[in-house]
Amino acid sequence: MNINIPTPLRSYTGGQQTVSVPGATVGEVLESLTGTYPELRQHLYSAEGKLRSFVNLYLNDDDIRYLPLKEATPVEDSDELSIIPSIAGGY
Amino acid sequence: MLKLSYNDYEALRAHGEETYPHECCGVLLGKANPEDNQVCEIVRAGNTRTDSAHNRYNIAPEDLIRIQRQSRKKGLEIIGFYHSHPDHPAQWSPTDFAEAHWIGCSYVITSIAQSKAAITNSFLLTGTNEEDKKFLDEPVEIEVGSTNTQQEREPQ
Repeated sequence: MNINIPTPLRSYTGGQQTVSVPGATVGEVLESLTGTYPELRQHLYSAEGKLRSFVNLYLNDDDIRYLPLKEATPVEDSDELSIIPSIAGGY
Repeated sequence: MLKLSYNDYEALRAHGEETYPHECCGVLLGKANPEDNQVCEIVRAGNTRTDSAHNRYNIAPEDLIRIQRQSRKKGLEIIGFYHSHPDHPAQWSPTDFAEAHWIGCSYVITSIAQSKAAITNSFLLTGTNEEDKKFLDEPVEIEVGSTNTQQEREPQ
């Protein structure tokens, strides 16, 4: 399935905006992604292996944090996974 | 360097005036070149921080996904973001820094003084990861027709 890579992480995917990796679930796809592009791992996960709090993962239009099966959610080749770091701030 | 048209420059400043005394926010679409970030289009976004909109902003990830899809169709990419500081200097704050994660992108801040846009500054988020990231002052080049204007920076 296709994964959309945000601007700041494209240097770790050879400049590609979208990469295609195999997997039957969100978790498997993420494993494939970080297996193919190992430098991505530290940007997505903390040293403890948890998804960084500011990294949002959307399966099509759904935040995977709120999907019943979360990373165990099955995926189809036609699905689209987006990695979106948060945008926030203020004074 | 951040390059943008006079129209886009005025539009993002006008957005801050419209939402005053709340913070506005939006996305800069364009091309990331080795030497500069060239803005081709700005997209307004809603501020989801309705609990503290006078001094906080947040763009919903759903909005970002939509904007990212639109930009891809146009051959553009997200190269930065903008927001306003109502009655506060156009300098990044500890909150701005802590919440900045798009390394390589430009973060534009406009101070809105008593409902009028004052200074607009840009800061480039550099580094390689969360541990070594930092904001650098980024010159802004405003393209007025064939004449480019260098914008003055608010004193530190």
